[in-house]
Amino acid sequence: MNRRPFDPRLLRRVPAARRDLAVLALLGVLAAGLVVAQATALAALLATAFEGRLDRPALAGFVAAVAARSLLVWAQGTVSARAAATVKAALRVDLLDAVGRHGPSWVAGQRAGQLATLAGRGLDALDAYFTGYLPQLVLSVTVPVAVLARIFLADWSSALIIAVTLPLIPIFGALLGWQAQAATERQWRRLSLLGGHFLDMVAGLPTLRAFGRARAQTEVVRRMADGHRTATMKTLRIAFLSALVLELVATLSVALVAVPVGIRLLGGGLTIQTALLVLLLTPEAYLPLRAAGSRFHASMEGLTALDEALTLTEGAPAVGPGAGAAVPDGRGEIRFEGVTVAYDRTVALRDVTLTIRPGERIAVVGPSGAGKSTLLGLLLGFVTPTAGRVTVGGVDLAGADLDAWRRQLAWVPQRAHLFAASLADNVRLGSPDVPDAALADAVRDAALDDVVAALPDGLATMLGERGHGLSSGQRQRVALARAFLRDAPVVLLDEPTARLDSASEAAVLDATRALVAGRTALLVAHRPALLADADRILRVADGQVTELTPAPAGKATP
Amino acid sequence: MSAPERTVLRLARPYLNRLLGAGLLAAATEFAALALMATATWLLMSAAERPPLDRLTVAIVAVRALAIGRGVLRYTERLAGHDAVLRLVTDVRARVFAALAARRDSAGQRSGDALSRLVSDVEAVQDLLLRVLVPAAAAGLVGVVAVGAAALVSPAAAGALAVGLLLAGVALPALATALTRHAAAELAPLRGALAADAVDLTHGAADLAAFGATGQALGVAADRARRLARLERRLAATGFAVDAAGVLVAGLTAGAVVLVALAAGVDGVLVGVLAVGTLAAVEIALALVGAARQWTGLRAGLTRVAALLDESDEAASPAPTETAPTPAPVAPDVRFEDVTVRYRAEAAPALHDFHLHLPPGRRIAVVGPSGAGKSTLAAVLTGSVRPTSGRVVLDGRDLSAYPALPRLVGGLLAEAYVFHATVRENLLLGRPGASEDDLVAATAAAGLLDWVRAQPDGWDTVVGEEGGQLSGGQRQRVALARALLAAPPVLVLDEPTEGLDPTAADAVLDSVLAATPPGHSVLMISHRLRGLDGFDEILVLDSGRVTRRGRHADLVTTPGWYRDQWLLQEAAERGYLALGPLP
Repeated sequence: MNRRPFDPRLLRRVPAARRDLAVLALLGVLAAGLVVAQATALAALLATAFEGRLDRPALAGFVAAVAARSLLVWAQGTVSARAAATVKAALRVDLLDAVGRHGPSWVAGQRAGQLATLAGRGLDALDAYFTGYLPQLVLSVTVPVAVLARIFLADWSSALIIAVTLPLIPIFGALLGWQAQAATERQWRRLSLLGGHFLDMVAGLPTLRAFGRARAQTEVVRRMADGHRTATMKTLRIAFLSALVLELVATLSVALVAVPVGIRLLGGGLTIQTALLVLLLTPEAYLPLRAAGSRFHASMEGLTALDEALTLTEGAPAVGPGAGAAVPDGRGEIRFEGVTVAYDRTVALRDVTLTIRPGERIAVVGPSGAGKSTLLGLLLGFVTPTAGRVTVGGVDLAGADLDAWRRQLAWVPQRAHLFAASLADNVRLGSPDVPDAALADAVRDAALDDVVAALPDGLATMLGERGHGLSSGQRQRVALARAFLRDAPVVLLDEPTARLDSASEAAVLDATRALVAGRTALLVAHRPALLADADRILRVADGQVTELTPAPAGKATP
Repeated sequence: MSAPERTVLRLARPYLNRLLGAGLLAAATEFAALALMATATWLLMSAAERPPLDRLTVAIVAVRALAIGRGVLRYTERLAGHDAVLRLVTDVRARVFAALAARRDSAGQRSGDALSRLVSDVEAVQDLLLRVLVPAAAAGLVGVVAVGAAALVSPAAAGALAVGLLLAGVALPALATALTRHAAAELAPLRGALAADAVDLTHGAADLAAFGATGQALGVAADRARRLARLERRLAATGFAVDAAGVLVAGLTAGAVVLVALAAGVDGVLVGVLAVGTLAAVEIALALVGAARQWTGLRAGLTRVAALLDESDEAASPAPTETAPTPAPVAPDVRFEDVTVRYRAEAAPALHDFHLHLPPGRRIAVVGPSGAGKSTLAAVLTGSVRPTSGRVVLDGRDLSAYPALPRLVGGLLAEAYVFHATVRENLLLGRPGASEDDLVAATAAAGLLDWVRAQPDGWDTVVGEEGGQLSGGQRQRVALARALLAAPPVLVLDEPTEGLDPTAADAVLDSVLAATPPGHSVLMISHRLRGLDGFDEILVLDSGRVTRRGRHADLVTTPGWYRDQWLLQEAAERGYLALGPLP
């Protein structure tokens, strides 16, 4: 967690915000000058009013200063909001771009949901930081300086007391603030845990209901919420206490200034105008520092989001070998040479060597979690071997132009992601300019046409978030249609019929057979139905790959 | 104040004293700040007249007391306010959950986005009280007191102050509300679309990469992010005009008060007090602008929470006891009588004149193509879907008359949820008081015991978000073990071997059936026909009607869907299994 009130990485990473931030600093200087001007005019106005007279120039000056401050408040708000909008837009793009550069396996590990929230709503927390905290941070530097200078001119002894006591605010703030910050962080983690639990409970309600535990679980929710309350109050007590101490320090400092001023006034050693000026300006010197401190806590969420976003995008590798790199030929031989893939806890594949000849249809079987999907991930370039290499037509995938290679691949994953777009655009994924006729062919080949016919707007039907509105079987046919449209020499299928009932399975199987015909195909199969057409069958178990000879199917009798 | 706020306030009734106290403390705090500035000004200007010191003593003491009191008051006010509100929010969370829990229909299922919205909606209640109602009440009270005090000095000046306070505390907040509402309406669609983009780019990262569409999708999202930024910049320019007007109102009111007071011949010292006091009072009233903005942002969330809470009040009235602590009862005699289920009036029925007799101890399997009504059958039996016509009776009593139905009927239902908790906690949901031996037995029958024992944390292994750290097969086994642990006398199994490979599926099905006590009835739904020969009856369901019924040996020898499927599956599976024991 970043403890600094301003993250210098921001200037480096979002250069577009630099100008706005510079303007913000300039406005802060102007604002400080106007605080002084307004107090000076008011002191003059009241000093003459004391004698029962109206000082028209002073009144005009006061009104002018107020008008100028009003304009400045508008400018500060607008500029800081501009900066916020610029930074958010830049970070959103960076963040989503980093997802692309890191690759899918990274996203899966980093909890895609968290990332999506950060790029969406999470960064909006920066508004409070930019419009609330940053301008105050600038003022906490410029206003005390301007006030000190003005009071020094009017009454140097008061200025001296202010100069001595002013540093107490940041010192106490730092001493108490650290405490509060650590506590806030702990509280934050708890909060997200609670948010998660409440969410988890609500998401699992149908299951709780099925076991008759739904109402009983209400007590658990209450207990967790209550635990959250106790923890929150503990941290709040510390935070409020630190605010109290700061306020008392400021009040005592003002008193230290005011008492000698009053005594000298009584003794006739000071004019009332100067005394009023000191009284009006002195609190202004302490106020911005305290305000900045208190708003810092309020902008913590934004700073945390900023820190997360900057950290996540920092480590993103540059886009892999691009245009200049070698392009593997999908019609060439695919070879795994001593490939080992190790994850944090497990070894998914161990020293795998195999050759896939062009046009071969290879089925991959084995228990779940044995490394079948990793095999496909290697070919897709989502997974890089810990040891060994994968070559296609003699080109090592590790140094190849992956985009060009993937253009020769059609992939049907276990659970295809459907996008919040029209059904046609979902099928057209990656090839937006495909003519309608080709699209219609792909839809028919994938047995998606009866699904399309049943939809209100046919292919133009908009799908909800993550393809809401389609069943598993229908989604799988969309994925197959994508693959058909791709018309690629190499086809990778990851259990295309998992989660399907027999009827859908039959439709998907027929489509799959048509898809595989005449192409190099690697299909991971849980269900036996896919094996009949395979040229070779590989068994993956415990990270080892062994070859099996297919037995003649279809002879079994009840 | 309208409906959602009233609902929240009704809930706040037990904490009313605490909230009222917090409001009064807040008002006192603001008033102390105002009085401090006014008294200090009076003191200073009086001192300039060089009176004897004892004339100032009271004021000096007052200034000291107010200076210290302001800080202490603020501290207590904040603690009291937060404590009261957090207590209330604890209540709200529990009630929201209870309201959701009380819904019997499965239509209450929500998407992930709606769920996370629910969490922030509850926070809206907290903000409504802490950042809107309490500060607004305090500002209103202080404004009235300030005008009253000013009227004692000069009614004309009090009039000017009142106008300024009304502008700052009523007109500007109203304007801010309108502008914020307008801005939110403009921003919401873009923000929503951008959130959907973010979901697509993260959850769909693999699909995009494989199809070379990452760049294009990123381009669309980046374009939207920039459009959102442009809109935000434009809206900020109007939004901050309100804050600028606030500064202007404060200054002009102070100027006007000085003018009016001087014209009315008010004493010079008091003119100063009025001017400084006016600046402080308008400043306090301007806090309402921020409160108005907050409130506008909270409305949508509050409305949703209020709707849920009102529902919970209605739901609370019948107060059915769901977990009667009785020992596991004996299996009832279950009959479906002419059950028809229609989800929409114009649609074909999901179940059509369905009959079924499930006496104690009988084991029935229901098979058929997808969309045949199998899952609807399970939903009707577990009470989550009510028949459109016909009825289900247990021992002669209508199913809806059983408040503790989950103790009688249950098991593994479609979309079984694995909680972000330990394996033990997930399993104990089935039977809270289960012993270690029971856990071991159920887990063994589901084929999960070896996995549990292999984990470093054993039973206390935390499974991820939506069971995410488990493979599909392991997740299914957790759900299965939980169903076995619950051991309802009527066990419903909806696709118990889904996600398992054939060998594992056979083994698990055998052990699950063996682990079910003989007196318990079983209703299993399956698309896989292997392992059904032990069932007393098999129903073939198609388009909501039973097309065949009989035992496996009969069905498999007569032509029809069952025989075709059996041959198809068996042929393929045998082919697969034959591969296993190869040298």
